[in-house]
Amino acid sequence: MLEVINLTCVRGTRRLFKELNFSAAGGELVELRGPNGSGKTSLLRILCGLATPAAGEVRWHGRSIRSLGEEYSASVAYLGHQNAVKDELSALENLRISSAVSGQSLDKKRAQEILERVGLTQQQNLPARVLSAGQRRRLGMTRLLNSTAKLWILDEVLTSLDDRAMNLSREFITNHIEQNGTAIVATHQDLNLSVPRIQRLQLS
Amino acid sequence: MFAWLFWRDLMLAWRRRSDVLATLFFFVIVVSLFPLGIGPERETLRTIAPGVVWVAALLASMLSLGRIFGNDYQDGTLEQLLLTPQPAYLIVLAKVLAHWVVSEVPLVVIAPVLGLQFGLSQNGLAIVVVSLLLGTPVLSVIGSVGAALTLGLRAANVLVALLVLPLYIPVLIFGSGAVQASVTGSSPQAWLLLLAATLIVSLVFAPWATSAALRISVE
Repeated sequence: MLEVINLTCVRGTRRLFKELNFSAAGGELVELRGPNGSGKTSLLRILCGLATPAAGEVRWHGRSIRSLGEEYSASVAYLGHQNAVKDELSALENLRISSAVSGQSLDKKRAQEILERVGLTQQQNLPARVLSAGQRRRLGMTRLLNSTAKLWILDEVLTSLDDRAMNLSREFITNHIEQNGTAIVATHQDLNLSVPRIQRLQLS
Repeated sequence: MFAWLFWRDLMLAWRRRSDVLATLFFFVIVVSLFPLGIGPERETLRTIAPGVVWVAALLASMLSLGRIFGNDYQDGTLEQLLLTPQPAYLIVLAKVLAHWVVSEVPLVVIAPVLGLQFGLSQNGLAIVVVSLLLGTPVLSVIGSVGAALTLGLRAANVLVALLVLPLYIPVLIFGSGAVQASVTGSSPQAWLLLLAATLIVSLVFAPWATSAALRISVE
């Protein structure tokens, strides 16, 4: 259960949003909309604890995420604009190492299964440097698949994905929500998800 | 987690060897220029050796500071690291340790060979190695504070130098003092103990400062 209370965000001298309030429970999708520069990314970064708000508070199960610290980090998976993919490592190494570093070691077979799900079997041993933008995005997505996080915070997930991969990410998000997870997704496109509880949040 | 991150950084460095070699060559060239420029008088060379080796090591290690967090910052890995359920202190420690192994240990290994050009005795060469082994981790760990503070800024390299060089001065004095003592025949023990003390204090406190600086830079 995520609660956002009177959140205000200031960037430089500009106020992006003020006194924003909403909450999201398990099994709920929050679709975050708004024109470029309206503060979608800033809001998401505040929600995952990377940035601090000018005022207000974010609570997870009733406790401030500041006081929860690493305990909160364990419940959150964040996919930002950058894919956090290392150019020098192969797709397989990228997935295995990033999982191990975040505390969920993967054996080779399981990692290959995950790569197969996102359609990167052929590219698994290529250095990530040679992958296309869409393939790198898919590789970034694999982080979600191996995560046990309850709360997914996704920034423009559908960017540079082809139709097949878009459907795939829709499927992942739907699965996550069906398993009583929460997802907060900033997007410009329609997500077209068939989940029962969708909350639409418009930033102006 | 610690071991994986350390291992990952070593692997990344191996796949980008040229960066590491550049630092090493810089060190070799700077140290070698002095005997060529000053001439072959043994006594002069022996007097300046401690200072030259230490100043070169200091500059070389400063050149490599940008690499500790720079790449991870650019491709978004750094924010993911900060979002892992591990204390930022450990993340910083793993990365600094990897940086030391990759960028500083080669300097320590090659330093005695370079010391030969200055006519240092066997004992003097040993003290060069010991003092560098104790001093270079301090350079890495203190440098990481500067590197974290200047992430993503323009002219980051110049800023790092301004921030970090004043903090390097004690290491330079203790390190070259130890070598100087062994060259003049007195005991370098006091200097080495001071270096060790600096190492312990900086290992305890600097990673905290670095993790705080990282959080500010990522925001």
